[in-house]
Amino acid sequence: MERQFMNAHKTTKPRSIDELQTISWRLSRQIIEITTKAGSGHPSSSLSAIDILVALYFGGIMTYDSSQPAWPDRDRFILSKGHGAPGLYVTLAEASFFDPKLLPTFRKLGSPLEGHPNMRVLPGVEASTGSLGQGLSIGLGHALAARVDGRNYRVYVMIGDGEADEGQIWEASMAAAKYKVNNLTALLDHNKFQQTGPVSQVMPSLFPVADKWRAFGWFVEEINGHNMEEVVATLKKVQNIKDQPQMIICHTLKGKGLSPFEKDDVNRKHGVPLTEEEAKIAFAELDKQYGRSGGD
Amino acid sequence: MNAGKQIGLKEGPATRDAFGKSLTEIGRQNSNLVVVDGDVSNSTRTEEFAKEFPERFFNVGIAESNLVGVASGLATAGKDVLAASFAAFLLCNAYDQIRMSVAFPQANVKLVGSHSGISIGEDGPSQMAIEDIALATSFPNFTVLVPADATSTQAATRAMLEQKGPFYLRTGRPKVPLIYEEGFDFQIGKANKLREGSDLTIIACGLMVAAALEAASDLEQKGINARVLDMHTIKPLDMESIELAARDTGAIVTAEEHLLAGGLGAGVARVIAETYPVPMAFVGIQDRYAESGKPQELLEKYGLTAGHIRLAAEQVIRQKQG
Repeated sequence: MERQFMNAHKTTKPRSIDELQTISWRLSRQIIEITTKAGSGHPSSSLSAIDILVALYFGGIMTYDSSQPAWPDRDRFILSKGHGAPGLYVTLAEASFFDPKLLPTFRKLGSPLEGHPNMRVLPGVEASTGSLGQGLSIGLGHALAARVDGRNYRVYVMIGDGEADEGQIWEASMAAAKYKVNNLTALLDHNKFQQTGPVSQVMPSLFPVADKWRAFGWFVEEINGHNMEEVVATLKKVQNIKDQPQMIICHTLKGKGLSPFEKDDVNRKHGVPLTEEEAKIAFAELDKQYGRSGGD
Repeated sequence: MNAGKQIGLKEGPATRDAFGKSLTEIGRQNSNLVVVDGDVSNSTRTEEFAKEFPERFFNVGIAESNLVGVASGLATAGKDVLAASFAAFLLCNAYDQIRMSVAFPQANVKLVGSHSGISIGEDGPSQMAIEDIALATSFPNFTVLVPADATSTQAATRAMLEQKGPFYLRTGRPKVPLIYEEGFDFQIGKANKLREGSDLTIIACGLMVAAALEAASDLEQKGINARVLDMHTIKPLDMESIELAARDTGAIVTAEEHLLAGGLGAGVARVIAETYPVPMAFVGIQDRYAESGKPQELLEKYGLTAGHIRLAAEQVIRQKQG
């Protein structure tokens, strides 16, 4: 069934890799800006995921219309690792789901940009998350609804590697394979750190992670989650997989390799914003990383 | 169940059977309805729906957390969703999933918990939901229904599926007396007055409603006139009927097949304290787990019979008379 592209937003048109890099660079800066301004939040967990979000929303992967967030045929993105909210918010603002002027209200009383995503108050948020482990099940529900309703949309769910400690992830994994939902793609933000330390120490038996998902019946790809070309190409490739849900294990850096996050080597500053001073260092490093300058 | 027999109530189907029958009927009319099961459809009685509408039925295995999450996703995508399992496993195992994926986002999910209370009998405490009303009523945005018999369970199932938003419907395993006739007036949030009385009011839910009617009949022999309210909706409570009962009769007894902590009695007590304080007594499960046994033996041992309601009534009457 062909989808009716009613007033589809311009952001559904693919951007070049270079344009995607520019967006990613800008949104990375915004993540640091809004968390530093709020004095709390999870910038490092957002930075590891941002390139994947940019590829999904602006790389011609997801079809959506930000002027109609409830359009039934839209593709869905669910941020199961809800603490990555700053990354989701800057992406949704860039995609015009809401006015970017709201970004500085992040975590303020009365703002729809709550500490973790709340679908009741912010357009474009597909699931209220923050209690880990639940987004993949919700995504499976959406994927099954598409089947029941004869719709063609795809569902993307991002989970964290620490989040994979949750038993519900594996319940959902088994059920998704049972129902052969090829319209469901999971993205593992494999940034290697969770709240109190490296995943390899907190839960070493997560590994080998790719083998686990394959054994659970999923089509698995393993990529560099900061290589935009690779991310876009893989997201396109998995759209053609038949009869299997797909897991893309995205190797990422918690805090994107920026030195202020690397200083605290226990957990890459999990849930800790940068100070104004550290933010300046991070901005300079981002400019260098992306070969761009001049702020916004 | 013995309750109600001596006052001439006929035994009817179990509430889970009545629910299952209604669900299939509603499924024929509402093609948007889907059902999610945790591999207990032959116990919860969603089995018939599964056979008739396999494309709208999902058995996600013995995984209540995922069951609730999948239900939430289906609902958010626009389906009318009913998710059923044993009450104990659904509410206790998936409490956080209900909180985060259903209650908080106000997802259009109808949860149905079967095998509630101790009247499931021999399977024992691990299978007995005696905390489910407390847990379900703790969620903002939730409506909680505990029907008393087969007829009202069917009415409750229909009424619930006509509404949007999160619900919890509690059903039971044993056959229970028929209290209502087809076509009676069932309104969510509105208690049914089954008997008029001026000396006290017995407020009951689930299978304790039949016991309350029997107790009221016994009390009449002693010259005590008890009003009986079937409080089938535990949330939102019918505050008006509760306050009126306190003002009209001056004493209240509650009766429920649930722990006293956080159940019907606790909710009624808050309304009474806030509106018109009168003496109260509470019939329910004391602060303990039950055991295996025959359903009737368990109800007697754990204090859930007409006799226990009568004793509680006599106590509040004494208190009322000071």
